[in-house]
Amino acid sequence: METKKSSRQLLDEALAKHYEDALTAKAAGKLVAWATSICPQELLETMDIDVVYPENHAAAIGARKGALTFIEHAEGMGYSSDICSYARVNMGYAEIQEFAGGNIPMPDLIFCCSNICNTVIKWYENLAVTLNIPLIMFDMPFNHTYEVPEHSVKYMRAQIEYAIERLEAITGRKFDYERFAEVMKISNETCEWWKKATDLAVHTPSPLKGYDMFNYMAVIVCMRGKTACKEIFQTWYEEMKEKAANGEGPFKDGEESYRVMWDGIACWPHLSSTYKVLRKFGINMVTSTYPESWNIRYETNDLDGMARAYSSNYANRNLNYGIKNVTKLVEDFALEGIIYHSNRSCKLMDFRQYEVQRRVEEATGVPSVIFDGDQTDPRIFSQGQYETRIQALVEMMAEKKKSEVTYE
Amino acid sequence: MSKLNNLIDEFVEAALSPSEAIEKSKQITGKEIVGCFPVYTPEEIIYAAGFLPVGMWGGKTEIRYADKYLQSFCCSIMRSNIEYGIKGVYKSLKATIIPAFCDTLKCIIENWKVAIPDIPVIPVVYPQNRTDTFGYAYLVAEFTRFKSEMEKLSGKTISESELAAAFDIYENYRSLMRSFVEIVKDYPVTINARKRHLIIKSGYFMDKKHYSELMKELIDALKAMPKEKHSGPRVVGTGLIFEPIELTDIFVENQISLVEDDFAQESRQFRAVARTEGTAMDKMAYRVVDLRGCTFLYEEQKSKGDMLVEMVKRNKADAVFVSMMKFCDPEEFDYPIIKKKLDDAGIPILYIETEMHMDSYEQIRTRIQSFSEMLM
Ligand code: SF4
Ligand code: SF4
Repeated sequence: METKKSSRQLLDEALAKHYEDALTAKAAGKLVAWATSICPQELLETMDIDVVYPENHAAAIGARKGALTFIEHAEGMGYSSDICSYARVNMGYAEIQEFAGGNIPMPDLIFCCSNICNTVIKWYENLAVTLNIPLIMFDMPFNHTYEVPEHSVKYMRAQIEYAIERLEAITGRKFDYERFAEVMKISNETCEWWKKATDLAVHTPSPLKGYDMFNYMAVIVCMRGKTACKEIFQTWYEEMKEKAANGEGPFKDGEESYRVMWDGIACWPHLSSTYKVLRKFGINMVTSTYPESWNIRYETNDLDGMARAYSSNYANRNLNYGIKNVTKLVEDFALEGIIYHSNRSCKLMDFRQYEVQRRVEEATGVPSVIFDGDQTDPRIFSQGQYETRIQALVEMMAEKKKSEVTYE
Repeated sequence: MSKLNNLIDEFVEAALSPSEAIEKSKQITGKEIVGCFPVYTPEEIIYAAGFLPVGMWGGKTEIRYADKYLQSFCCSIMRSNIEYGIKGVYKSLKATIIPAFCDTLKCIIENWKVAIPDIPVIPVVYPQNRTDTFGYAYLVAEFTRFKSEMEKLSGKTISESELAAAFDIYENYRSLMRSFVEIVKDYPVTINARKRHLIIKSGYFMDKKHYSELMKELIDALKAMPKEKHSGPRVVGTGLIFEPIELTDIFVENQISLVEDDFAQESRQFRAVARTEGTAMDKMAYRVVDLRGCTFLYEEQKSKGDMLVEMVKRNKADAVFVSMMKFCDPEEFDYPIIKKKLDDAGIPILYIETEMHMDSYEQIRTRIQSFSEMLM
């Protein structure tokens, strides 16, 4: 009898295959694109273009403790140590082109979407110039209003059409609109299952172990338009659903004592040491802003809706949205604390963090701490400071728990 | 000669004491003021609405309150602006205009709303895909939205002819500035690097019509003089801003003259020549579409490196001076690309990292001195 594969197995296999396929495609002379993490990949998937995501690869290099070589190389080229470390890792990689922990093929096309930050505009512009290859820029104006303004939608919608034209010109192939509809459908379903799965963490205890989310995130970035990705999330959902029904928590050998949210990207080079500190106190990171950032949903063939959905992620919206979003997470996930990662790389996320922290605390009374780190530059993070901050959070959470015990 | 010197002093003083200069401009024009953040804002619309647009390019101030909103690795220009805002330095502003050219500015827009709630902020989001019709159409729509915000602020509608008149005033100003940076190359003694910077900067604190009249006088007075000989190094400058002012002093000490610039605060503001067709709004949008070599506007084939090489060649300059605002991501991203182009062309680079407030200039002084000796 064939045993059903676990979601974790499926995840590992899918990721390995994702990178292998891209390398094989390149070797066979097929066109390969590099793209940003929340770009309208539907367009590339429809064109059957193999895509790799430098942010994901940089994170993997960071997690495998290989970042410094590439960072130092990029700094040698003149890149300031102040800029996003994903960019530094990737610009270094684009020259060295060899990482023992896993390679990616060099691109023939760059696809950049500015909904995550303006940094990628500069980073990808540099890639295209250095590698002398075409770049399709997908610009999504920052929403300082709560909703996406109509003239922005029009502008983005026009860029979908423009991107299609350019893809046709670059590949010499026609864009297949039927296939496009199919990809849109798959992508939406994948996002739906991603959201459903990550939403299971509302259970107390949570069947979802938060750091797992960082792992599963890789495929929502890299494979949103593929059915294999949807299946991973479905399986993951089933597994956690069962755990929840049995009242199982995240840890095999202990209780979920505290439920927190982690704001910002992980510290990839210090993944296990940051995890261990949380584990020691029974802290489970049950959610973050990521489940919603990839909950990119719209009606199939509604291109305005697609543009709006892609422009609506947390980073591209105003402060009020950010505060409301986190406040809702506190309520929905019964959070007891928040850990804010002041991530040296990501100015867009950082420079609103202080106000979000104040306002969410005001609205919910949930305690929080901020620590200094970086997503891939291992030099910024200090284990000592991190531990002290987490310890302080635990004390505040414990205090609050105590005061909330009611005697009947 | 003394008339010329008086004129130069007038510009220099205005640039060195913005508050007084703005107060004076307010008295002369009777207008209320609207603050404009770097890098570009639709000033013509503000002007047409009857306000006096003034530049907000940071300054030196001790940071006490801005830390409540911004980490230490935020560029000093924005830390200063938020600090000034909270301290009440800007209290006479009717509104603040902040464009979203970088990730920091996006956050500044949001922080301003809460940190300085009594001065309304009107954001502007420029398109990055500018060269196709949809980018242009979006920009016109965004400017139109901005115009209605301005109308709300002033309580009256802006007519087509008012906007056209404002555009003409600005285009006249820009054309004079283009002449100024061209002609000033021949007078490096009368107008040294420091004065050149301050003369250009002072335009941010005056009514453009009035400033243009003075600028015209200055240009005419310069033209009447014989060209000056100068033996020091000739450099082309690039970067966000040629400040702090002490830096310009060190240039003067070492007799370095600035033969052309690509500073965001200086030539990038006026080097794109307006098209002649279309409405005033169209022309404003076209200027953004047509601007090349700007760090803050995407170009698939970045032209800045070649542009700088070209500037060096046409001016027979000795080097490129990079004034790097610490923590300015976009400028920092451009550097390796332009460095490669300049290296390939054998052009020396003077790279100086700056902040609005710096404790000591000794290291910079030594570096500039030896760089200057090396060139001579
Ligand atoms: S980490 Fe931040 S700055 Fe870097 S690519 Fe991601 S969103 Fe942009
Ligand atoms: S990062 Fe650069 S462009 Fe952005 S606000 Fe700071 S100095 Fe200006």
